[in-house]
Amino acid sequence: MAPSPLIALKGVDAGYRHSLVLHGVDFAVDHRSFTGIVGPSGAGKTTLLRLLLGSLKPASGTVERAPGVAVSYVPQLETVNWNFPITVAECVQMSRTGRRLPWASRTERAEVADVLERLGIGDLGQRHIRELSGGQQQRMFLARALIRQPQVLLLDEPTSGVDISTRHDVLHLLADLHDEGIGIVLTTHDLNGMAAHLPDLVCVNERIVAQGPPDAVITPDVLEQTFGARMEVLQHLGMLVVVDSSGPGRLAG
Amino acid sequence: MEALLDPLQYGFFQRGLIVATLSGALLGFIGVYIVLRGMSYIGHGLSHAIFGGFAAMQLFAASFYVLGAGLWGIASAIAITNVARRSRLGADAAIGVITTASFALGVALFARFGSSGPAFDNALFGSILGITNSQILWLVLVTAFTAIVVFTRYRALLFTTFDPEVADVSGVKVGRTEALLMIVLSLAILVTLTVIGVTLVAAMLVIPAVVARMLTDSFGRMLVLSTIVGAISGLVGMYLSYYAGVPSGTMIVLVGTAVFLVVLAITGVRGMRRTVGLDSHAAPNVKEAIRP
Ligand SMILES: Nc1ncnc2c1ncn2[C@@H]1O[C@H](COP(=O)(O)OP(=O)(O)OP(=O)(O)O)[C@@H](O)[C@H]1O
Ligand SMILES: [Mg+2]
Repeated sequence: MAPSPLIALKGVDAGYRHSLVLHGVDFAVDHRSFTGIVGPSGAGKTTLLRLLLGSLKPASGTVERAPGVAVSYVPQLETVNWNFPITVAECVQMSRTGRRLPWASRTERAEVADVLERLGIGDLGQRHIRELSGGQQQRMFLARALIRQPQVLLLDEPTSGVDISTRHDVLHLLADLHDEGIGIVLTTHDLNGMAAHLPDLVCVNERIVAQGPPDAVITPDVLEQTFGARMEVLQHLGMLVVVDSSGPGRLAG
Repeated sequence: MEALLDPLQYGFFQRGLIVATLSGALLGFIGVYIVLRGMSYIGHGLSHAIFGGFAAMQLFAASFYVLGAGLWGIASAIAITNVARRSRLGADAAIGVITTASFALGVALFARFGSSGPAFDNALFGSILGITNSQILWLVLVTAFTAIVVFTRYRALLFTTFDPEVADVSGVKVGRTEALLMIVLSLAILVTLTVIGVTLVAAMLVIPAVVARMLTDSFGRMLVLSTIVGAISGLVGMYLSYYAGVPSGTMIVLVGTAVFLVVLAITGVRGMRRTVGLDSHAAPNVKEAIRP
């Protein structure tokens, strides 16, 4: 029996001032979710995350949330103001908005230290945020998200611009969090390195083209509808590999 | 030593010194938020907008007008933020209209009812003279209010300044927090206008914050340093203005600039690099996310 959803979009149209970006979206997140959103640039992936997050209101349709559900967000690194004067510890602490006083309490400092430790950046608390590698920056925002003890974690392109081993780490970390019962939804451009490893995928291009496990949605037909280009799908060592057929041997995504 | 103690025998100088130091500290403190939000042009516009109300207050010297000027400033602050939020292109034009009209009104009031000459210059560039105890009281009250606001909303202010969208969904009342900041800003401008001057207030919002940014990568430390730089500029500037016989605002800003140059010489390229993108109007933190 499926658990009742924490967030459910029903027949949602949404967009920005001048135009609608998403049409007729039905989508639900629960604490078992581990879903990747894929689609071309401008397809509305980030927009879908904003709807789940609640920072964007639907133009029509409904968004239902379980009462008191805690949702955390990890932004795309490209959108962050890296020149802002802030240290890693300050950045993580910031999202503990329950506390009013400027400085951290003793327990809070311990919590921050714990979560940084857990993410493997325990000794970087006093660094400026720009003085981290891409993978460490990703973990810092993950720390900021986790310290709020979310039930749902939303991540925008968590593996863009990081190397293969960091991507691996991030994926494992997310798998651990998923095992702990945190619902996870992320967007990705990386079909082979990321999407194919997730249990559940949503293909988006202004509407939901398909949703299901990789076997079901990583097919030439669905990919063509989503990306507007013909791709081939191969099996390699039990994994799906998407190949751009217009240029043999070149990996898509 | 003589030079430092001598002017202190005059009550007007004592008052001027208190007001200049506290004003520098207050503007330096708030300036951190203003600069990091890329809003210094709003500070500039606001000081001119408040000038109309300020002129009325100065000329008619009734407490009713203090209130009037305050409300005037806050109203224009909120009008400006709302306009600025809606569209980039229209914002500058609208701010230009609101502020210059209000400024012109202030000038007209001075010309019609004021004693011409010195009083007008004082309002533009700041003056040691004519600072009353009630002005000091107002300044102290606004400083205390600012401290309380920042103290109790430290994280909300930081979060909305750094990352408004995520702040919004993390339970921070972004709109309310921004409105509060604008109110604090207009009150601060109002009570510091006398000593700094209309045309120079914006400089004191920017210079200490930039200097502090060059010295640190931590937000908390930037707040403290900026406040100190502002206070020192006010204090030293007041003395220099006394001896040089020039308007206090000019000297306060020049001292701030000197501090900037010294810090630049010390921190060099590293300091400069830290200020990249600071107060960039092109990178507003307000993201549009509304119904079509
Ligand atoms: N804040 C905004 N205001 C107006 N239009 C926007 C805004 N954000 C996105 N859009 C538009 O909405 C559409 C979908 O954008 P969205 O960011 O959801 O795409 P995406 O799938 O995340 O793309 P990418 O893979 O490049 O991140 C685009 O056409 C974009 O220009
Ligand atoms: Mg996106």
